[in-house]
Amino acid sequence: MDMILDGLSWFFVLLGSAFVLIGAIGVIRLPEVFTRSHAAGMVDTFGTGMIILGLCFQTSPFESIASALVLVKLVMIGFFLFFTSPVSSHALVRAAMADGAKPLLKEGVELEGALKDEGDKPS
Amino acid sequence: MFVAAAAALIVAILLGLVRALVGPTIYDRILAGNMIGTLTVILIAVHGFLAGRPEFLDIALVYALINFIGTIAILKYFRFKDLGHAGTDHGKAKEDT
Repeated sequence: MDMILDGLSWFFVLLGSAFVLIGAIGVIRLPEVFTRSHAAGMVDTFGTGMIILGLCFQTSPFESIASALVLVKLVMIGFFLFFTSPVSSHALVRAAMADGAKPLLKEGVELEGALKDEGDKPS
Repeated sequence: MFVAAAAALIVAILLGLVRALVGPTIYDRILAGNMIGTLTVILIAVHGFLAGRPEFLDIALVYALINFIGTIAILKYFRFKDLGHAGTDHGKAKEDT
């Protein structure tokens, strides 16, 4: 049983680390702020989520209250990151859009309907 | 395992730092700062397990909350040049504040 839990923990932590590295390389290599926000969002949700899931398998929640609290705190961290990082990504992209950043589009594709009710950028 | 995860996180933080230094627009820098903050949360948690002291999770929890609030505050500041701004009313920026 311990070996299974250890193996799951290894798997998820290493998967999360790989995604964190891929996302960081994406933040370096992608061409403009919207695509970079995709890479950073992947780091924020998938990479960190997998690492926290892997850490959860390392806890032993049935031994004592203190070791159960470790699992609770890990779940809380995962919960907050899972909900706050898309919100901050959305706010960032929206601010960039309102500030006049243009997404890279395929040749001949027009941006439709974006920020129609937003007005132009604030003074 | 924890050492490998910590090494990956540190490398990712360094790559984010590069983007924060060279990023052409302010939003690239905020993006990189946000990513570095999130990775730091995970790095603190992983270090807690690495050192066998899970008390570090409390610090990671606080850091996660402050990171989110900080990103939103910086974005609001650069959008309205004022942290006390009332924000937008149905999408229209108020001109007279």
